[in-house]
Amino acid sequence: MKRVVILGAGTGGTMVANKLVHELDEREWEIVIVDRDETHYYQPGLLFIPFGIYSPRDIEKPKRDFIPRGINLILSDIEMIEPEKNRVVLSKDKQTLSYDYLVIATGTHIQPSETDGLMDGGGWRKNIFDFYTPDGAADLAGFLKYWKGGRMVVNVAEMPIKCPVAPLEFLFLADWYFHQKGIRDKVEIVYATPLDGAFTKPRAASILGSMLEKKGINLETNFNIGQVDNKKQAIKSWDDREIPYDLLVTVPTNMGAEVIARSGLGDDLNYVPIDKHTLQSNKYENIWVIGDAGNTPTSKAGSVAHFMLDVLLDNMLRHMEGLEPLAEFDGHANCFIESGFDQGILIDFNYDVEPLPGKYPLPGLGPFSLLKESPANHWGKMMFRWVYWNVLLKGGDMPFESQMTMAGKWQ
Amino acid sequence: MTQDILDNVEFDAEGFMVKASDWTKEIGEAIAEALEVELTDRHWHVIDFARTDFEESGEPPTLRRITKQTDVDMKEIYQLFPDGPAKLAANIAGLKKPTGCI
Ligand SMILES: Cc1cc2nc3c(=O)[nH]c(=O)nc-3n(C[C@H](O)[C@H](O)[C@H](O)COP(=O)(O)OP(=O)(O)OC[C@H]3O[C@@H](n4cnc5c(N)ncnc54)[C@H](O)[C@@H]3O)c2cc1C
Repeated sequence: MKRVVILGAGTGGTMVANKLVHELDEREWEIVIVDRDETHYYQPGLLFIPFGIYSPRDIEKPKRDFIPRGINLILSDIEMIEPEKNRVVLSKDKQTLSYDYLVIATGTHIQPSETDGLMDGGGWRKNIFDFYTPDGAADLAGFLKYWKGGRMVVNVAEMPIKCPVAPLEFLFLADWYFHQKGIRDKVEIVYATPLDGAFTKPRAASILGSMLEKKGINLETNFNIGQVDNKKQAIKSWDDREIPYDLLVTVPTNMGAEVIARSGLGDDLNYVPIDKHTLQSNKYENIWVIGDAGNTPTSKAGSVAHFMLDVLLDNMLRHMEGLEPLAEFDGHANCFIESGFDQGILIDFNYDVEPLPGKYPLPGLGPFSLLKESPANHWGKMMFRWVYWNVLLKGGDMPFESQMTMAGKWQ
Repeated sequence: MTQDILDNVEFDAEGFMVKASDWTKEIGEAIAEALEVELTDRHWHVIDFARTDFEESGEPPTLRRITKQTDVDMKEIYQLFPDGPAKLAANIAGLKKPTGCI
């Protein structure tokens, strides 16, 4: 028997498992998927937890429900990947798993310990919160519920982060939430970002920047955090700027899984270097990477993992037949950005084309306005949870093409 | 003199060199002068690293990468290149604007 091992049963790994099971002959191939956590979190839903729109229960389901029959799911920590020996060592019973093909889908997660004073200064989960973890988001909800107002600073520690629009969505929703509670005039909102604008790409940065301004949110750019002073309640940048806070909402440094670093497979942030068009490891031809775990210069987002899926599978199957991989992944990403007051924005872009305004044609559902607020985009965002559990994870057909289209975009 | 050198170099809208391979030390010095950065050995240490690293990876190094891979730490790099070190170093080294990612 030959074996494909998938590391990580999150968004990317689960999709690969569901599609691969139909492609490989079960008499020849065994498929194994490994994850340490038995719960699958719908991560886009984390955004809504601080504001009481979702509760943690609303974003959890058992991983097992999404792994197709015929695939062996092992719940264990992955201890080591040994690419020279084509095998993986698991913590559980120190089991070793040899593989013919390896798909890495271990994602990325926050690493607050990278910033001095963030976790270890006394304020963590008291008046310093993240919303990228279920615990963090739930604790923040508890804090906000009784908060009377003050100065809220939202800070991104370092780029890249997964879902780079999430901090903006958080700000927009916070503005709405404080309005609803009737305390918006008692809350000062500051966004401190290491970028030189509201977003990475110029057209979107200018439109999103003016939305922040309209909502009375102050933008502090080029802010590279060096330290959190918990006593003074201020964040400090390397170039000696200081921003005081009553409430600090942080998006800490994001890093790939430690097992990637331990195994000598990662770059400075533990991301696996891969060919950005074929999704094959630069070093080992039987290793393929999907989702946030790789170093592709595009957004780390579930939609991106979805657009990678077909390219990755085609290429891996081609490799099994002795064919060259095709350079088909174009960096396609699209995100619904929740903008508060039941409005949303849609952006769609790839390696070469930045988000542009226009209309996104979607047969049967659309069109959705691009780079512009609309209720339909908000509805798209809220509907996405159903789509995620019922279509996306199962590797079903989505009405989005893997490659970006210029149809409807204004240049 | 500085202007003469720069006049013959192609820059993008944000002032980054279009072709990294056209870069010379003289061009680097001219860009630095235009940006009011006085270059010392420590600056060159960073610039040389950025150039070599770019040749291997095709991307200008991030701040994290510079401070992990050289002996220049965060405090020092901010003294050397005060506003936006990664961007400034890439600019003088004739590399494209660091994406800082997307
Ligand atoms: C607040 C927030 C909002 C977001 N909003 C959106 C959105 O609106 N739209 C969108 O498209 N995307 C959004 N995303 C991003 C999206 O959720 C991720 O990009 C996507 O889940 C990535 O999938 P993945 O398979 O690469 O990683 P993940 O789904 O994170 O899966 C990684 C898996 O690997 C496992 N793992 C890691 N290391 C080990 C180990 N050593 N041993 C065992 N198991 C291990 C983990 O347990 C995990 O299950 C958002 C993310 C956040 C945090």
